[in-house]
Amino acid sequence: MIRRPRLSHVAAGFLACLLAAAALAPWIAPFPETAITGDPWMPWGSRHWLGTDSLGRDLLSRLLFGARNTIFIALLAASLSFVVGVVLAFAAATYRGWVDQTLSRMVDILMSIPTLIFALVVLSALGSSVPVLLGTIVLLDSTRFFRLARSLAVDIMALDYIETARLRGEGFWWFFHREILPNVSAPLIAEFGLRFSFAALFLSSLSFLGLGVQPPSADLGSMVKENVNAISLGLVAPLVPAVLLAMMTVAVNVLVDWHLRRSAAQGLDRT
Amino acid sequence: MLELVVILVRRCAYAALTLLAVSMLIFAGTEVLPGDVAQAVLGQTATPETVAALRKELGLDRPAAVRYMEWIGGALQGNFGKSLANAMPVATLVGERLDKTLILAAAAGLISVPLSLGLGVVAALYRETFIDRMISAVTLTFVSFPEFLIGYALVIVFAVELGWLPALSNLRPDAGVWQWVRALTLPALTLSLVMLAHTMRLTRTAIVNVLSADYIQMSEIKGLTPARIIVRHALPNVIGPLLNIVMLTLAYLVVGVVVVEVVFNYSGMGKLMVDAVTNRDMPLVQACSLLFSTVYVVCNLLADFLAIVANPRLLHPK
Repeated sequence: MIRRPRLSHVAAGFLACLLAAAALAPWIAPFPETAITGDPWMPWGSRHWLGTDSLGRDLLSRLLFGARNTIFIALLAASLSFVVGVVLAFAAATYRGWVDQTLSRMVDILMSIPTLIFALVVLSALGSSVPVLLGTIVLLDSTRFFRLARSLAVDIMALDYIETARLRGEGFWWFFHREILPNVSAPLIAEFGLRFSFAALFLSSLSFLGLGVQPPSADLGSMVKENVNAISLGLVAPLVPAVLLAMMTVAVNVLVDWHLRRSAAQGLDRT
Repeated sequence: MLELVVILVRRCAYAALTLLAVSMLIFAGTEVLPGDVAQAVLGQTATPETVAALRKELGLDRPAAVRYMEWIGGALQGNFGKSLANAMPVATLVGERLDKTLILAAAAGLISVPLSLGLGVVAALYRETFIDRMISAVTLTFVSFPEFLIGYALVIVFAVELGWLPALSNLRPDAGVWQWVRALTLPALTLSLVMLAHTMRLTRTAIVNVLSADYIQMSEIKGLTPARIIVRHALPNVIGPLLNIVMLTLAYLVVGVVVVEVVFNYSGMGKLMVDAVTNRDMPLVQACSLLFSTVYVVCNLLADFLAIVANPRLLHPK
């Protein structure tokens, strides 16, 4: 019997609400994403629940659409890099030799460049657009998946039942989804959560620098940048998107922690 | 001793190779990709003739390999070409900013290294108690926060509400030491808070590992005082991991400055690079990214090397 701490319930509930709100943004947001519906810097009120931003757009609507954009790109980036990183890692662990060497050295080089600097170089050359942002984050994140998945898979590949499967003459996909994946899924799922929150933070940082999601589209980072002047007036409105982002990341981390603990407990039960 | 030298040389050679590959990647990223620099500078409306003229002037009509050799050759001698935005030598622009970034990173290091080591030690000594959980929870919360949130939250509290410190850290050249300290406090604190969780956790793990070793239990059974156990028995074995952690922190710090510099409008390398990317000023982007990567690789190299010096067992990997 595993004791399930309350905190993870709260985190899961919050994430579910956030995901639902983000997915349903076009239907539940009171105003369109880029419509100017009031004066700049209107306070919180019945028409604009969170007030308005520097141009007089409804902050709540911007927040919903911003969360939608950030979460959508981050989720897509984490999923794609999961697939790319894990497939390549398992290929490296299965074939070893030059496949492993080439992939591992490439990952070493990519990881020796600080991620933000790498992204800045790519964005300066290609300009900022959603496909470029997505591609950059996938390239950076898949190296992390690769490192983790490779080290896990190499350990698995040294076990006896792998030898048996090799003698049976099984192919790569058999090893992939029947021999390796079921045994390494727990840490990989945890890594997926961490990578998702990294992607969301990273994207927001780029947007905050003016190099991510481009206006007039909303994004949790670019919203901070757009409204930052209000801070000197003592308004906390510009920090609302940042706080939402932080809460989302904390919630993901709580769930990842809970998941790791649970799978560790199950592992103990089994042995 | 000879083995150590061999390892050092090998690691340095490896780092040099890595940097070479990184420089190629940076160059390829900024030069060979579609829509070359001339087009980017002149914009979509430029006539083919003006683009061709600028390409010739910038030397873009020659093969990429030749231009790479020229670029990296110049870079090794401190010549990074001229900025496309204002025709100033890139080396001058970078030189003015580099020391500011290093000062900020050093200030952040002064705050975050003792703080994270201290918290890590406390968490390890009181592991699995309320204190440990509190430290973990608080630092893990900070690591989930985007840098700009921490930065602006500090600004709202200390600059806007309390008025103790300046919200922006753009210093005049004639600023005195006290002004520097005031201007650097908030950015350095922001960086430290971002960094804290990583280093604190690493420290905690390193110390917990040592404290759970048999010989520490033995010295407890012998009845040594806790202070003596920590200082004489535990510390020598955690020096290596701790030095390693400090170097990794410095590596993070130097790169972490980018967002923080923009938040506080601090004119260092990070802000320079962000502006260069916005203006698509390629020579400047190349120089900044190469410098950032070099500092990062060198810090990691030192971290590796210090770990080996402090723990000779790593000389003979199994």
